[in-house]
Amino acid sequence: MSSPQSQMPQAAPAWQAAPGSAPHAGGPGYTSPIPIVRTHLGNAIASEWTKIRSVRSTLWTLGVFVLLVIGIGTLTGVVVANSDPALGGESPLGLGFFGLLLGSMCIITLGVLTTASEYGTGMIRTTMVACPSRGRVLAAKAVVFFLTAFVVTLVSASLVAFLHVAMLEGDGAKSPSGGEWLKGTVGISLYIALLGLLSLLVGSMIRHSAGAITIMIGAVLAPLVIALFMFSESLQGVRDALFEYSIPNQLSVFYSNSLSQSGPSGWDPLWIMLGATAVAFAGAFALLEKRDV
Amino acid sequence: MSRSSVAGMIELEGLTKRYGEKVAVNNLSFTVRPGIVTGFLGPNGAGKSTTMRMILGLDHPTAGDVRIDGKHYEQLKDPLTYIGALLEAKAWHGGRTAYNHLLCLAQSNGIPSGRVRDVLETVGLTAVAKKKTKGFSMGMGQRLGIAAALLGDPRILMFDEPVNGLDPEGIHWIRTLMKSLAAQGRTVFVSSHLMSEMALTAEHLVVIGQGRLLADTSMADFIARNSRSYVRVRSPQRERLLDVLHQAGIVTVESGDGVLEVDGGKAERIGELAAQHRITLHELSPQQASLEEAFMQLTAESVEYHAHSETSPASPEPARQQWGDGWKRG
Repeated sequence: MSSPQSQMPQAAPAWQAAPGSAPHAGGPGYTSPIPIVRTHLGNAIASEWTKIRSVRSTLWTLGVFVLLVIGIGTLTGVVVANSDPALGGESPLGLGFFGLLLGSMCIITLGVLTTASEYGTGMIRTTMVACPSRGRVLAAKAVVFFLTAFVVTLVSASLVAFLHVAMLEGDGAKSPSGGEWLKGTVGISLYIALLGLLSLLVGSMIRHSAGAITIMIGAVLAPLVIALFMFSESLQGVRDALFEYSIPNQLSVFYSNSLSQSGPSGWDPLWIMLGATAVAFAGAFALLEKRDV
Repeated sequence: MSRSSVAGMIELEGLTKRYGEKVAVNNLSFTVRPGIVTGFLGPNGAGKSTTMRMILGLDHPTAGDVRIDGKHYEQLKDPLTYIGALLEAKAWHGGRTAYNHLLCLAQSNGIPSGRVRDVLETVGLTAVAKKKTKGFSMGMGQRLGIAAALLGDPRILMFDEPVNGLDPEGIHWIRTLMKSLAAQGRTVFVSSHLMSEMALTAEHLVVIGQGRLLADTSMADFIARNSRSYVRVRSPQRERLLDVLHQAGIVTVESGDGVLEVDGGKAERIGELAAQHRITLHELSPQQASLEEAFMQLTAESVEYHAHSETSPASPEPARQQWGDGWKRG
């Protein structure tokens, strides 16, 4: 306690001689002029926002996403507008489906990278040293990613929806109701952002970018592909379930043109995805607490 | 608000980390005190980094406890203003700029963003602040890591092998920095596998080998106790010299090539005896074993202690092999 050096705060170099730093000189040890702050989730969110906006992969994945959704959306619109029977009384919103289905791969990738890439680079140790509350880090990542993904999807999906309605107005297409508008823009955006959040949580559990992306893309595609190969009559039930609950089919439910007649309808897909994400969140949190970084 | 004036202490109590069968850190207890540079020395694989990761709450101890000013790391709400750490080179995303990397750390601890520019200035990276860190050299990487450690102006600083990859100018800079940080009353805890490096910076020394505490002592004590002095003697009349020395009660050790080594500072006495008996000497030189040798001796002894008096079921032989390899690679 009585080390002679401890009484020499004047030896501080210029960078810490902040104004008003003198009064603490009495006690042993060093006293910083930086005010103490009791940090909260908001600090972690600010930090995660800086992280997500300051890497190129965010720009790439979201850029490709917007390009796919709007590009494919426009193309579909043009093709349908020029084809003869056009949409026989169908809502034109459903045409946005193809772009969003492909685009969801980008959201999955960004979600995984948000957590898993930190393990690849070693950044996770720096992150956890700066914020030892692991649950807070995971929550902040989830909030920042979810809002980013939701806003970007909502803007792209709405843009395409307006475009389709405008292009096909005189073509005998049905004018979508308010509920259809809500499902086709906000609903589908919530669903895709949740799918991305699920990927983020899988990335946190797997801790490996390529592995987690493969798992998520497999989860999107595998049920449909497997269902295609179930020819046997006895597997009819399994095949239908795989088909109806596959992510592409759940996406199409938001346009009320489900590829099948039974299975989830209305807002069901959103609740299913919400449940899956909640379970994944609990799992990711438990693993994060238990494992060494 | 002002900080309480409790000193920046790191206290380890029976700290143990096991990975399956392998014990990385074995019942470590010591205290790191403010105001001095404490060196944390051990061969590669001795458990230094694991110990530091446990101090920072990254790894969960299998047993025992480590506290910073009486608190567990997880209990610190703004940890960067308590303790700054340089863990390993380049623990960050290479696509992010140096400025943004430090900014996200500052934000997570509520540190004013002005500090980012200050620390970049301190470590001399202002010119590359807006450059992506993946283009950084080893030395620049170490400087960025040190900038991150200094960001919260903490009272405890922990550096894991800070001179790795630095050029001579950088090494000199970090030595001076560590000493000045300690002189301000801060706690500086620095690991190294190089005794010579520690001898230049540390006042206190904690030595571990195979995860066990081997020494917890002041540097001066360590030098006095562990450095061995001896005299090297060469003579064409080796047999006669041996007889003469033997009669005078001086113990000699042959070290090959006809060289004799005599423990202790007896150069004058040996010279006089040789002259009396008209023995020609080709060499008579007092030697001081380096601290590096003292360190190797200390860690080697710990291995022998392991082999003979340890009743643990683990076989000592492979462990011994492993330790030696680690040292040579170091």
